[in-house]
Amino acid sequence: MTFINFASREINCKIVYYGPGLCGKTTNIQWIHNQANPDKRGKLVSLATETDRTLFFDFLPLDMGTIRGFKVRFHLYTVPGQVFYDASRKLILRGCDGVIFVADSQKPRMEANIESIANLATNLKDNGFDIRTIPYVLQLNKRDMPSAVAAEEMERLLRFRGEPMLEAVANAGTGVIETLKACARQILVELQKG
Amino acid sequence: MAKLDLVMFEEEFKLLQEITARLAKDAQAKVVFLVDKNGQQIAAAGDVKSIDATSLASLTAGNVAATDGLAKLIGEKEFSLLFHEGEKDNLHISLVGRRGILVVIFDQNSSLALVRLRVKKTGKELQEIFDRVENRAQTEAATGGQFESPFSEITDEDIDKLFGD
Repeated sequence: MTFINFASREINCKIVYYGPGLCGKTTNIQWIHNQANPDKRGKLVSLATETDRTLFFDFLPLDMGTIRGFKVRFHLYTVPGQVFYDASRKLILRGCDGVIFVADSQKPRMEANIESIANLATNLKDNGFDIRTIPYVLQLNKRDMPSAVAAEEMERLLRFRGEPMLEAVANAGTGVIETLKACARQILVELQKG
Repeated sequence: MAKLDLVMFEEEFKLLQEITARLAKDAQAKVVFLVDKNGQQIAAAGDVKSIDATSLASLTAGNVAATDGLAKLIGEKEFSLLFHEGEKDNLHISLVGRRGILVVIFDQNSSLALVRLRVKKTGKELQEIFDRVENRAQTEAATGGQFESPFSEITDEDIDKLFGD
């Protein structure tokens, strides 16, 4: 749910990083946090366990610049990927404007990717959204891993609506910004449509 | 897509800001924030600079959402009030209508009783404004009417420029 404030001339949008456990959602926003100009980013908030697994969410506010005199600000959230945190995942999708699905390219994680997309569809539906129409990007992460499945094969398994699909190595920053831009662009195009 | 954007115009924003400022004074609070349930800050008053408002808004919304989930688990509709007591500062969180959350931070210069009393009164005023914003959004969604969106005229070039492409 976009928040347009005419008084402060600000527009706030919410993007959620979704995907199975350990696929690199937090790594994506950590990299964005490390690279972003300190004037443009807020504090990275991580609600994690002692072993650094996401417990509830990570949050990063990011100023993208100005468009038609309005300051455009994106709020980036990650969900906890582990299966048993489903109730939390559902809460975090509340009011989102776009979703980035981070898929783990490693062969043994393909089923987890497929299950996570199905879970995303259900949780979006429960929040009143449709996975087929909401701004959505598919990121194939961990492309550097030896057991990485071919991109074409992942596309066949995971891509279902002609969404932008980007290859990434999040811990090296490859494809991270491009993925964010692809999602942000779709959200702005939605706003353009009104 | 089932979403109703929250569109706040100058007049409503001013009113919310005024009410929030009055509450901060009347409740003798350090800071008062009004945030929405999705974690966006709407208005603030008091010693705002002492706190990272964006993180506060997001964490408050997360807290309220989790508490909401707990309420449903035990068969309650919602818990309309959360109170966190610290050594020096305390946090009073209450729901305003269906969309708003009022956060009052106070220390020994005030008391829980005073804060609760003031929040109760203020909550009603705030709710009226939220209802107005919500009704307008619903009417526009139902009639297909659109307010003059500043984004309906953005071009692909504007978007490219934003991303430095």
